[in-house]
Amino acid sequence: MGILNFFSATKTFAHGIHPVEHKEQTADKPIRRLGFAPELVLPLTQHRGKPSRPLVKVGQEVVRGEPIAAADGFLSVPIHAPADGVIRAIDLAPTAEGPRAKAIFLKVHRASTQEVLYDLPRDLNALSSDELIQAVQDAGLVGLGGAAFPSHVKMKPPAGHPIATLVVNGCECEPYLTCDHRLMLERPDSIMAGIRIALQATGATRAVIGVEDNKPDAVARLRERIPADLPVTVEAVETKYPQGAEKMLIKSLFNREVPVGGLTLDLGIAVYNVGTLAQMGDLLPRGRGLIERVVTVSGPAVFRPGNYLVPIGTPLRFLLEQTGMSEQAGEVILGGPMMGMSVASLDVPVTKAVSGVVVLESQDPDLAQRQVLPCIKCAACVEACPVKLNPSLLGELAQHREYERMARDYYLDQCFECGCCAYVCPSNIPLTQYFRIAKAINRDQTLKPH
Amino acid sequence: MSALGLMLASILVLANKRLFVFEDPRIDQVEDLLPKANCGACGTAGCRPFAEMLVQGRIEPAKCTVNSKDMNQVIANFLGVDLGKEEKRVARLACAGGTHVAYIRASYGGVESCRAAALVSGGGKGCAWGCLGLGDCAEVCDFDAIHMNRHGLPVVTEADCTACGDCVDVCPKDLFSLHPVSHQLWVACNNQAFGDEAEKECEVICTACGRCAQDSPEGLIEIRDNLAVVDYAKNSLASRIAIERCPTGAIVWLEKGGRVEKGRDARKVVRKEALQPELARAGSRSRVAARA
Repeated sequence: MGILNFFSATKTFAHGIHPVEHKEQTADKPIRRLGFAPELVLPLTQHRGKPSRPLVKVGQEVVRGEPIAAADGFLSVPIHAPADGVIRAIDLAPTAEGPRAKAIFLKVHRASTQEVLYDLPRDLNALSSDELIQAVQDAGLVGLGGAAFPSHVKMKPPAGHPIATLVVNGCECEPYLTCDHRLMLERPDSIMAGIRIALQATGATRAVIGVEDNKPDAVARLRERIPADLPVTVEAVETKYPQGAEKMLIKSLFNREVPVGGLTLDLGIAVYNVGTLAQMGDLLPRGRGLIERVVTVSGPAVFRPGNYLVPIGTPLRFLLEQTGMSEQAGEVILGGPMMGMSVASLDVPVTKAVSGVVVLESQDPDLAQRQVLPCIKCAACVEACPVKLNPSLLGELAQHREYERMARDYYLDQCFECGCCAYVCPSNIPLTQYFRIAKAINRDQTLKPH
Repeated sequence: MSALGLMLASILVLANKRLFVFEDPRIDQVEDLLPKANCGACGTAGCRPFAEMLVQGRIEPAKCTVNSKDMNQVIANFLGVDLGKEEKRVARLACAGGTHVAYIRASYGGVESCRAAALVSGGGKGCAWGCLGLGDCAEVCDFDAIHMNRHGLPVVTEADCTACGDCVDVCPKDLFSLHPVSHQLWVACNNQAFGDEAEKECEVICTACGRCAQDSPEGLIEIRDNLAVVDYAKNSLASRIAIERCPTGAIVWLEKGGRVEKGRDARKVVRKEALQPELARAGSRSRVAARA
């Protein structure tokens, strides 16, 4: 691969896979607004970090855009009301992860409009870096690519690690998903405004937008909308899964690797998803909060697949009623099919981290129970692993419950569960699932007092 | 070569004499009398450390729950110490939601392990707190004391259970806990939803109606997080009166030998076969498959 890279112009990383893209279903569907569900469910933990603290009481009237929960500390973000309505309850609600979690139930008024009345326009140029970071936190922004890490935290690197480069992630390597693609086509100016804010807040001197080369229209559109005074370049990278993982994208763009156990900040790089920056560019000048996001609803069992602007907190049941779901629907996945999570209940709401809803049919060959066979040591998984682990060996260790050894000797913690190994395994060994269990158990062990 | 061998041998002999550590020979002998299960139920790391503490007189022989009483008496006699008193403890499951009473919301088709299922949307069961029924506990039990019944619930054979706590550690829903057999009043539920909301998920759920708390002596039972919680410090006050008016039979009285008694008013469960996922909810469209 090394020699090939030298000759070919496309920027890429070693290993990875090429799953069927299935993007044609929604790639040409413009973003459309979805109506309000009768009731919105807003979990207090939609982000990584401490749960938000509710600001409202049961029975209180709120208007669209009003903060209803405040950030609890630095590693937390506020939540804003996505519609006019009344707080029905603050109670446990089902989540995509399984355990029920505290959520605010907002009963939406029939007459709720799309107008956001609650805002605080201001001149961002007058703000200092710290004030800007505060403004990002107040907007409730998290990484909209799926990680849901609070955006403002990444703007404040530890002392001695100044941010030099901003990487804007427009890869969207997951099959089916096209929401970032549509955003790049339809709202390039918002993205540019977001980049301007992020550059100002982090002090970075340049921004690089990475887009997979299966979206030449997005690359062209972004290139023509770059303002003259903004140090932005757009780079096409090879269409390959998981190109959208931040460490892979950095490797492709700059041929640099994040050290084991380190962060991208160690290289002076902050990575933001295009969706996050588009929201940043739209919300911050008006002092608004994140109340809706673009969600790709796709898959063979959806009647009207497309990209929808969905109010945060919309239950999946309502969303899929609007788009139509066939009787053959067998599985509903939040996010893309590679890294997404199947849900066990349609009462689960769309949260800030949900970039797509993929509905597969029950007779989908991908869904059929497949027999797990012994490992034949073909090393297809070793060839596929983008972080260059040895999934075959790790899988064998997992079967023997050697979880500690996996982490200590074989860098289990470097695995980010992209699913490449399980995807290519000819013996159908659920490697990624094994690693997930192993990591969960190791986490439990470190948390448990001894 | 032979001179070298001789020299090294003499170093070994010297080292053996000079660096000799005296070890109480009784430790080996006591260890031979222990079951060597290394289960940790006594609270030490294994049988060898337990034997060391026994010889030092820092622990009582009865703390070993795997040995028979007679065998422990042999150890006590050998060391010339009291047997000590240790009430038998067993592992108990805070869930009675087998597949015949608890609704299944999604069919789970991933790795056959509760740990894995819990990581995928918390498994397929409607109740987010309930037993997933894939048998991680039965698999981890070294004493073959846990078996899955036909409704997908683990059943603990009290006679075989040594209270080692392996099942407590492995359960992703934290449903197992260790209790002395004298704790006969037992809330076999961990659901923290209230009333009808809870009853939608399972027929033997604690709805937090509070009848058991009202009927019992003051302070014995408390409703905490929509769940009846027994204060076992007041276990001597516990009686069958607490279970009589329970509408779902979530609170039960455990007889010796593992027989479960429900109250008079408890709804009778006549269904023998598993509930079908399709029947679980109004409209089969909510049926989704959970995938690991």
